[in-house]
Amino acid sequence: MSLASAQKKGFGAILWDYLTTVDHKKIGVMYIAAGAFFFILGGIESLVIRVQLMVPENDFVSAGLYNEMITMHGTTMIFFAAMPILLGFMNVAVPLQIGARDVAFPFLNALGFWLFLFGGILLNLSWIFGAPDAGWTAYPPLSTQSPGHGTDFYVMALQLSGAGTLMGGINFIVTIVTMRAPGMTYMRMPLFSWTTFVTSILILFAFPAFTVALFLLMFDRMFDSAFFDIALGGNAVIWQHLFWIFAHPEVYILILPAFGIFSEIFSVFSKKRLFGYTSMVFATFLIAFLGFMVWAHHMFTVGLGSVANAIFAVGTMAIAVPTGIKIFNWLATMWGGSIRISTAMLWALAFIPSFTIGGMTGVMLGAATADYQYHDTYFVVAHFHYVLVGGVVFGIMAGLHYWWPLMFRRVLNETLGKLAFWLFFIGFHLTFFIQHFLGLMGMPRRYWVFLEDQGLDLGNLVSTIGAFFMAAGAIVFVINIIYTAVKGEKAPQDPWNGRTLEWAVPSPTPFYNFKQLPLVRGLDPLWIEKMEGNGKLTAAEPLNDIHMPNGSIIPFVMTVGFFIASLGFIYQYEYPIAYLALYGGMAIGIGGMIVRSLKDDHGYYVRKEELEGEVE
Amino acid sequence: MSHDYSLNPEKLHEDPAKVTHEGKNKFIGLWVFLGGETVLFASLFATYLALKNSTAGGPSSQEIFGLELVFIMTMLLLTSSLTSVYAIYHMKNHNFRKMQLWFGITAFLGLGFLACEIYEFAHYITDYGFTFRSSAFGSAFYTLVGFHGGHVIVGMSWLIALMVRNAKRGLNLYNAPKYNTFALYWHFIDVVWVFIFTVVYLMGMVS
Amino acid sequence: MKSRMGKVKLFLLFGITSLVLAACGKENLTSLDPKGYGAESSFNIMMLSLIIMIGVFLVVIVIYTLALIRFRQKKGQENYIPKQVEGNHKLEVLWTSIPILLVLILAIPTVISVFDLADETDASSSINIDVTGNQYWWNFDYTGEEIQTSQDLYIPVGEKVYLHVKSSDVVHSFWVPTISGKIDANPENTNTMYIEAYEEGVYWGKCAELCGPSHSLMDFKVIAVSPEKYEQWVADMQNADPEEVPAEAVAQEGKELFESKSCIACHAIGSSPNAVGPNLTNYANRTTVAGIKDVTKENLVEWLLDPESIKPGNLMTGNYPELTEDEANSIAEYLLQLDHSEVTPQSIGEW
Repeated sequence: MSLASAQKKGFGAILWDYLTTVDHKKIGVMYIAAGAFFFILGGIESLVIRVQLMVPENDFVSAGLYNEMITMHGTTMIFFAAMPILLGFMNVAVPLQIGARDVAFPFLNALGFWLFLFGGILLNLSWIFGAPDAGWTAYPPLSTQSPGHGTDFYVMALQLSGAGTLMGGINFIVTIVTMRAPGMTYMRMPLFSWTTFVTSILILFAFPAFTVALFLLMFDRMFDSAFFDIALGGNAVIWQHLFWIFAHPEVYILILPAFGIFSEIFSVFSKKRLFGYTSMVFATFLIAFLGFMVWAHHMFTVGLGSVANAIFAVGTMAIAVPTGIKIFNWLATMWGGSIRISTAMLWALAFIPSFTIGGMTGVMLGAATADYQYHDTYFVVAHFHYVLVGGVVFGIMAGLHYWWPLMFRRVLNETLGKLAFWLFFIGFHLTFFIQHFLGLMGMPRRYWVFLEDQGLDLGNLVSTIGAFFMAAGAIVFVINIIYTAVKGEKAPQDPWNGRTLEWAVPSPTPFYNFKQLPLVRGLDPLWIEKMEGNGKLTAAEPLNDIHMPNGSIIPFVMTVGFFIASLGFIYQYEYPIAYLALYGGMAIGIGGMIVRSLKDDHGYYVRKEELEGEVE
Repeated sequence: MSHDYSLNPEKLHEDPAKVTHEGKNKFIGLWVFLGGETVLFASLFATYLALKNSTAGGPSSQEIFGLELVFIMTMLLLTSSLTSVYAIYHMKNHNFRKMQLWFGITAFLGLGFLACEIYEFAHYITDYGFTFRSSAFGSAFYTLVGFHGGHVIVGMSWLIALMVRNAKRGLNLYNAPKYNTFALYWHFIDVVWVFIFTVVYLMGMVS
Repeated sequence: MKSRMGKVKLFLLFGITSLVLAACGKENLTSLDPKGYGAESSFNIMMLSLIIMIGVFLVVIVIYTLALIRFRQKKGQENYIPKQVEGNHKLEVLWTSIPILLVLILAIPTVISVFDLADETDASSSINIDVTGNQYWWNFDYTGEEIQTSQDLYIPVGEKVYLHVKSSDVVHSFWVPTISGKIDANPENTNTMYIEAYEEGVYWGKCAELCGPSHSLMDFKVIAVSPEKYEQWVADMQNADPEEVPAEAVAQEGKELFESKSCIACHAIGSSPNAVGPNLTNYANRTTVAGIKDVTKENLVEWLLDPESIKPGNLMTGNYPELTEDEANSIAEYLLQLDHSEVTPQSIGEW
């Protein structure tokens, strides 16, 4: 199979290629593209929110629609924008970084992607039929009493995509455990691979709690069970516990990969080895571990009692320690280095002060007594946007600029990149810094309107202006993508003077990644080879046939089946005809599983002779 | 050339399930998956424990549970776990027929367990009017035990599909890991049941 | 000369104070100018944590700026390879142990105040009030006093008042930023929190947990009065006579309509425990109509004619026979003469 032939395919063939692909690089790019699409949707929703709050007692949108906006904004950004883009980076970079030809479960990986995508489509379909309006936290009894089908869409969409994410997590754990190249010991793995590993563990242990919570909510809404029905002895706080047992680690699922990206970038653009590598790995584990111990700090005002509040307060503050270690290690990485400020590095540099503020307000929120004031106000909104935008979105932007040449063989335009950065960066602080004060001045979150003469007018106006700066930055970034695609020059194989293995593969990356698996001799293997003047990796094996998995349409078909079944579930308690969709969809989905199980699929071999013919 | 997955009688492997790279991945992958399943059941147990006394005037656990049937179910499931161990033992000895036989017994016992569970639920519903919708306790009970039952159904379907599919093909390096992962999954379901037996039934009889 | 300097100083002082206050938000809403025990406890922890955090932030920023200035790649350094440092044990221990220390400094007072604010030992000898959150209004039931109010909570200054908070529908959260932090109103259990106001005043309260479309309109007031005035208010409220016939004819008609148009099915006047809708005793002295509008007849008539336009999703809409403008006017007249107490919010402060 020659690579050149891939260029001449027609549209239908390309579409089929992507629908059936099990190649982690293509799946990664699809994750990022779909995530970016949902990011734009979530961004538009946020602008609607800010326009509504521009002036007091505004009526730009109705109260009901406003609650739908905040719910959809939160759900979309977390589950369908930030997470998939980060999973996309993991797919694109991790197998290359650890010197693997593929992931452990390519079929499952593809299935995970399609489940995420159709989950996102299902959620956004609700805009046509009535969107969820109980907040992304969906606290019952509000969510159980929410009229219409909005919350049903929320439940089924997150159930679908959650299953997909869990598959992704399992795939990466096993990939990293079993498929590292010869010599790539755990303590030689690049930090992004490490954070991917730890994130996957978090996904594995956090998502099932949410799966259960969603089932309970689904049963209550669709099958009249009584988990949250107070009259029948139900208890709504169970949801809050299960939700936060998942949703607190979820925050780390988002931020840890971003930490990994920054670690790569600080090291490469300071031309220095990452300072305190071991303590960075250790801190990552500690953050993940503590992340499971602190969920009730979202519930200080629920009335859990002072013992619980005190324990969870101290636990929460403790997370500051490993996070602090990371911040200082990054600073020390830059210290004594030779810093080049490319756009990727610019985003990473902006992350340090932004995230430090977000981390510090996190500690402040952990102090339970003070949290009685902060809780559910704009202070919290400001805090988590400092973490999720100042941490995760900055990380995503840095990662996009950094890995763009790897994914698309082009370097993003630096001038446009920097313009987008400054617009977004200024807009970000303008939008969210003042929200700390709005919260303290008495503005609870999720407020459709604020009243006149309460001292909240100016702050809200400033915040709205900032939001438009952020939007402008995002638009410039999109222009940059188009400009680069049209006019950008072909990127070299290693544009940043990289240190890790993904910059050692030819550009474009062959679908089998490595013709011969590399021999890894230490941390930053490519850098070691460069310093020793080889500039090329040492092969760990003779040239041989390469075993690759077959593509398959089954993941796509199965997902469509489950998607149809979800619609059936949503509508069955109103229209009996929906049972047709429910059973039909399930039959397609399970049928796909059966076909997959019964059919032998041994994959295929790339012949040694073919590989010899490839030019590097 | 397609890869050769058949067993070479000249050079038998110690554990046919862990020869191929895919086989090893499957084994580790299932272990990892069971980690997630543990959290799933832990969440369900926590929910059940929070709601087990919320009967809202409906039947309580002391009124409805009877140990005899549940004891039989426990025995069925524990034995089926043991028979699957025998089956894997024969797999490692490359004795396909005996492996199929013991897995057949496993499936038989598993289906017996399911039959008992269906009878149990029907008994609660018809004799006590105790349903999924009676109270929060009812919802929590049927959800926890039902999730376990659902896992048993999945396991049974998996096992029967494997046995039927491979009946004519015999054991090879491609399907050995599949049997092996099934056995691991089946042990997990058994362990969950031990917890259900203790936490739901024994504790429910006492308190 | 001296006096002019004094004036300038005074003016400056006044200017700075008002600027600071403006930055703190509205005086009877902000948490940054605490006037109650809970708010003060929170504020102290807030300030302690803020000082520590600003210190940490400055350290980070100084190192960060120095690194950027000193170690930026200069022209001609493109091929310079910096020393590849693996780490520094001493430094790493340092920046692990100092944060642990700082966290401890913050943790100890936090834990102490958490227990302090949950202390309920004096509850039996204090004023106890059952607070119920409803979509989208608050009910206050004074234990043992046979008094119910809605939206306006009267408490005496300088006393711990124990609130037993629950919800009749979805989760709400009771928050009066200037007096105290918040406590959730859950449907399945009662949470207890005490509040203590230091100064007389009318303080804004807000619902802080998303509870439906009108979540942002579920405002209420805490009216802190001197103990003497509180005693009088209690006596006045207990003496309120729901059967009292108004003096004016329009209001009399309003009273009849109030009964015939089924208002009375949900809204009690007097201490009746009927809590389907807000209790309307002493309505003339309410601080607001529907929690958010000024108390004027126009606003009240507007509410009576179309509550949905003021509070979307409220439970009054559609649950009473349609009113003509005249009828609404009469009912408004009736309600606005329900002046049961001499202790009026206006005499306490602005809001």
